[in-house]
Amino acid sequence: MIKINVDMTKCQHYGMCVFEAPNVFKLNTDDKLEYTATAEDSEQGNVEAAIDVCPMQAIFIVD
Amino acid sequence: MTKPVVIVGASMGGLRAAESLRRFGYTGAITVIGDENWAPYNRPPLSKEVLAGDVVSHETVAFPQRAATADVGWVLGHRVDKADLAHNSVTTEDGEVFEYSHLIIATGLRPKRQVYPNNIHAGRHIIRTLDDAMGLREALKPGARVVVLGAGFIGCETAATARKLGCEVTIVAPGTVPMLRPLGTELAHELQRRQEAEGVRFLMKRSVADLVGESHITAVTLDDGTELPCDVFIEAIGSLPNTEWLEGNDLDISDGLLCDHNLRGVKVSGGSWNNVWGVGDVVRFPNPVFDDTPRRVEHWNIPSECAKYVGNAIATDSTAAPFRPIPSFWSDQFEVHILAFGLLALADRNKLVEGTIDGDCVFEYYRGDKLVGAAGIGLRSVVQGYRKNFES
Repeated sequence: MIKINVDMTKCQHYGMCVFEAPNVFKLNTDDKLEYTATAEDSEQGNVEAAIDVCPMQAIFIVD
Repeated sequence: MTKPVVIVGASMGGLRAAESLRRFGYTGAITVIGDENWAPYNRPPLSKEVLAGDVVSHETVAFPQRAATADVGWVLGHRVDKADLAHNSVTTEDGEVFEYSHLIIATGLRPKRQVYPNNIHAGRHIIRTLDDAMGLREALKPGARVVVLGAGFIGCETAATARKLGCEVTIVAPGTVPMLRPLGTELAHELQRRQEAEGVRFLMKRSVADLVGESHITAVTLDDGTELPCDVFIEAIGSLPNTEWLEGNDLDISDGLLCDHNLRGVKVSGGSWNNVWGVGDVVRFPNPVFDDTPRRVEHWNIPSECAKYVGNAIATDSTAAPFRPIPSFWSDQFEVHILAFGLLALADRNKLVEGTIDGDCVFEYYRGDKLVGAAGIGLRSVVQGYRKNFES
């Protein structure tokens, strides 16, 4: 499993991550970001892609 | 031994290119050469949240380093000033020669500067690098009289940040409304209105004719003779591609580095180099999402998209599919958060499709009958939904 953390003080809910890792990130009905704190190892590549495209650089994989 | 892939430019494009090479299976040596002393960092916060913070530090903007690129050779603080493509080498200012198997050009842009009759420097700022932001942050004290020259995204974002820090802020720019070209008339007017409501003053259709002061700027003189008191003068009038080091080679660098549909450097003599690639906002490239006209695109996602393509092309020798990125940008100014997809500047008309202009809203942008972009304030899910319109 990988652990994911989003710094919600940085996040502006642009939703770029949703496109890269839809199993982990989503925009809710209020257009606010929601995410799962853990994901299967197979999501590592998608989550790294989400980290790369985050305009606020607010997403982290926690060791 | 095979020569390394050499990446010139150690900002986001260079970093992403190195990561992409590894991700697609290239196991050989990689050398990244950059003129800044800092390891790659994220530039957009430099005009926004980082500038608004108490301390501007590398730590707050540095990109995380990944295990896959731990063995990349970083040559920082060294400017490459010559390239000899015929002999597969580049040379730094201090004379060190680097031979390459593939060359990735990711040298980016630098801010344009003005030259004035009284061309004093103390009190003048630009905003591109971390060092620029550190210098500017020191100067943005509450009550400081700030004049921003230029009403593009960087100028408007910096103005908003300076205002939030308690400065008296005036934007001076030649156009009729700020951010007109990227956003179109309606959104541009609305953003000006929202900035003004926060206390930013706009002097549009004006330019700065000269600076006043002896050891430090005390005022600027406008083209109509008005003198504006000024402690901090910020030039935000656009950028120039860093391509001078490529002069004398068989490349078209008349406006950035001209690349083909595979991001290979185009030869003036015809055809393309098979081991010279462009990444990021230094590149002028055609994008079949829109048309065949090569353009430079100064949006934050372009370096990463280029890097993904070039890394794959080199690692797996695959250039069958053309490069066709979906440009996107965002901007934060006060509580206004804009998100856009496409190339809005191509549009000849736009229309409001959701919400109201004074609240959250979404606009579609058209060139003729063809949708070329969408932009919104708020309403993220709606704007994100437009991405699929540009996929192949």
